[in-house]
Amino acid sequence: MTPTDAKRPLQLNDQGQLRHFLSLDGLRRELLTEILDTADSFLEVGARAVKKVPLLRGKTVCNVFFENSTRTRTTFEMAAQRLSADVITLNVSTSSASKGETLLDTLRNLEAMAADMFVVRHGDSGAAHFIAEHVCPQVAIINGGDGRHAHPTQGMLDMLTIRRHKGGFENLSVAIVGDILHSRVARSNMIALKTLGCKDIRVIAPKTLLPIGIEQYGVKVYTDMTQGLKDVDVVIMLRLQRERMSGGLLPSEGEFYRLFGLTTARLAGAKPDCIVMHPGPINRGVEIESAVADGPHSVILNQVTYGIAVRMAVLSMTMSGQTAQRQFEQENAQ
Amino acid sequence: MILPVPAELISQMALDLKAHLARRGITEPRYIGIRTGGIWVAQALLKALNSEAPLGTLDVSFYRDDFSQNGLHPQVRPSELPFEIEGQHLVLIDDVLMSGRTIRAALNELFDYGRPASVTLVSLLDLDAAELPIRPDVVGATLSLKPSERVKLSGPAPLTLELQDLAL
Amino acid sequence: MKLSILGARVIDPTSQLDQVTDLHLEAGKIVAIGAAPAGFTPTQTIDAKGLVAAPGLVDLNVALREPGYSRKGTIASETRAAAAGGVTSLCCPPHTKPVLDTSAVAELILDRAREAGNCKVFPIGALSKGLDGEQLAELIALRDAGCVAFGNGLNSFTNTRTLCRALEYAATFDLTVIFHSQDRDLAEGGIAHDGAMAAFRGLPGIPETAETVALARDLLLVEQSGVRAHFSQLTSARGVALIAQAQARGLKVTADVALYQLILTDEALVDFSSVYHVQPPLRTRADRDGLREAVKSGVVQAISSHHQPHERDAKLAPFGATEPGMSSVEVLLPLAMTLVEDGLLDLPTLLSRLSAGPADALRLPAGKLAVGSAADLVLFDPAASTLVGEKWHSKGDNCPFLGHCLPGAVRYTLVDGRISYEG
Repeated sequence: MTPTDAKRPLQLNDQGQLRHFLSLDGLRRELLTEILDTADSFLEVGARAVKKVPLLRGKTVCNVFFENSTRTRTTFEMAAQRLSADVITLNVSTSSASKGETLLDTLRNLEAMAADMFVVRHGDSGAAHFIAEHVCPQVAIINGGDGRHAHPTQGMLDMLTIRRHKGGFENLSVAIVGDILHSRVARSNMIALKTLGCKDIRVIAPKTLLPIGIEQYGVKVYTDMTQGLKDVDVVIMLRLQRERMSGGLLPSEGEFYRLFGLTTARLAGAKPDCIVMHPGPINRGVEIESAVADGPHSVILNQVTYGIAVRMAVLSMTMSGQTAQRQFEQENAQ
Repeated sequence: MILPVPAELISQMALDLKAHLARRGITEPRYIGIRTGGIWVAQALLKALNSEAPLGTLDVSFYRDDFSQNGLHPQVRPSELPFEIEGQHLVLIDDVLMSGRTIRAALNELFDYGRPASVTLVSLLDLDAAELPIRPDVVGATLSLKPSERVKLSGPAPLTLELQDLAL
Repeated sequence: MKLSILGARVIDPTSQLDQVTDLHLEAGKIVAIGAAPAGFTPTQTIDAKGLVAAPGLVDLNVALREPGYSRKGTIASETRAAAAGGVTSLCCPPHTKPVLDTSAVAELILDRAREAGNCKVFPIGALSKGLDGEQLAELIALRDAGCVAFGNGLNSFTNTRTLCRALEYAATFDLTVIFHSQDRDLAEGGIAHDGAMAAFRGLPGIPETAETVALARDLLLVEQSGVRAHFSQLTSARGVALIAQAQARGLKVTADVALYQLILTDEALVDFSSVYHVQPPLRTRADRDGLREAVKSGVVQAISSHHQPHERDAKLAPFGATEPGMSSVEVLLPLAMTLVEDGLLDLPTLLSRLSAGPADALRLPAGKLAVGSAADLVLFDPAASTLVGEKWHSKGDNCPFLGHCLPGAVRYTLVDGRISYEG
């Protein structure tokens, strides 16, 4: 390790534009707002007959998914295709990678195929950072989710959802409910809300599902659903995975639902125009009541549409930042 | 070089456009301004025509041909076309026609919305520096600039033209 | 071979010697401090003006990686790295392949170490066969083959009663047991200290209680069995507090910490850099300060390197997929000198923690600079500096200090009066 490039954040170029999209940590409010604004424009594209723009024509976007995910993968594919890019998807199951090729070798092989951008999802926290540091710097790396650490595109699409339904962030009360400990979505959301100026960010979960030191994110911790949801404008429900029962973190899904499930009755304590969000896929009857998931407060399906627009924004901004950096370096070399 | 006064150009352009549309037998044109200057010119033009027709706005950032050199324009806004494109006669309005690439991008974008019956190009200024075979159907004034000069429109009211010299 | 070292500031922590004087060595021993003995003509002289002469450093935890992990290191390469760091005696842990639970492995290590001739090696034998925590290893056979103490590393005993019996067996024969106290269940799956930094980075955490719960239990078992105990690689302030309490109530336990734990904290994990992935993990500033205080007060009487060299591939992956460990013996002296620079310790105390302290903990014939003792010495220039990596002998370059400029530079390392390293 050389004590040199620590000054400029890995994901920004020399002009402060995105060249990779690894996490929302350390990104200025103006940059997050720019992503949201650009996404708004892409939403408009999605409403037309021809849902494509030629921005990334001739570019190759490689989806490299070390963790299975239909939803995130397909939205990234759609986003890249709507930008007229060529898309390749590689589903690398972790066990085959560990049997033979190292992660680095897999990526170097892909690099040799002249991809312009990798969208990576991996089970290890910090995987996207590692890849951005070790793969050729001209290849843009988009983090599609790394371990528990970050899911920055989900964070941004959640912010877009909130902005479109609520207008802004300053005067909102937002509650994030569920397995915060294991959730990269929760971490990205907390960082984004804080950066965008939300002053009342709440997390609601039992102690076993809360990471140590969570208050340092600038959030208020609640272990009681009724208190936590009082007068909130936005509720973000997180998925509860089956494995959590076996680790001794929770006795049963039933008990979790009884205490932390979002039911119509519980939602009544929130503001009357409260919106309900969920990154999906939803576990009906575990974290959320069907009636709420399908009800008038739910914007869960809209999130999917916004997700494509946000990913189009991120892909084009990052490709743009890479181009700008190359130009900058060429000009400076002269 | 003395720059023309936009307001004077607009009145003449309104007359020319009316004549052009009449010759073509176009009775219900759809007006579209290219962001940002083209929108101001379009608004002034519609006022001069005494028209209450809706104005579509077009942002061509996603269709430019210089993404590989210059990246994404930092201030992208959504395009808003409050009418169908399919089978319609469009009047596309911009402020300054130089290389013609903005118009090329605008045409590509419009065709992704649908197939228009025709497109009439209106421009406040033509700098006679086209790099593509694109000519305006209605133009306010044609100027010849030195290679280092640029002209900029400010608006929306009053519309003013300003000459900039990049060499200085 | 007769060697005279002239004009060095000679420091021997044990006898509290700290004086600019001459040293005279013959047949591998120190024969005089001060004036040469009558009729003594040296075959070689070292002008040591401006240098400090101290007992060669004694490092209680240096993984030599041989037998079995030759991609990571060999006895030859890692002992040479140790000599470059000022070390003359070192202990290697039993985590070899095969495990150091038979006399054959101990003999192989000692043979190779002798061949390489860079340092004296004192192997630590496995406490349980295969380090599996179930069956006692043949401790006497291992002792007779040269093992100076016994440990299980971070591998727990499956059953507390088995552990207790192992301790009682060791106590019967006055053998020293080395503890790396960590509760396996609390630590399971963790790769970083369970605090705000790991929470932010989404890294599974190892809570402080993984260390303290196991420590508390181990101290009580030590008390019950009467075994000689050395607690190694402590990482938490609460942990050293437990050691201090035990010492205060009369329990004769000794302890060491890894040098990098006195310098780094979990804040280093901010960029997921795998060079900081170590087990047990880097903890908070408060913990680091607690460890530093304990080293200053002497509750922790030994500083070790916890040297674990790795091949590049072992560290070239996302954090959680990398192997833990830092290559650190090569910078032992200069890195330790930062503690003097910071004002935490004076030079004699630092040298004590690096030589006499560790030697006493395991009753090793080392760490003393006196007439009649083996001529195991380090000569270093406290005013010069070391550019880490300019010369590098370890097979593992997984060292976060590469490229850094550290205070002090080793000029000579001598083992049995013979120069094993010249800087």
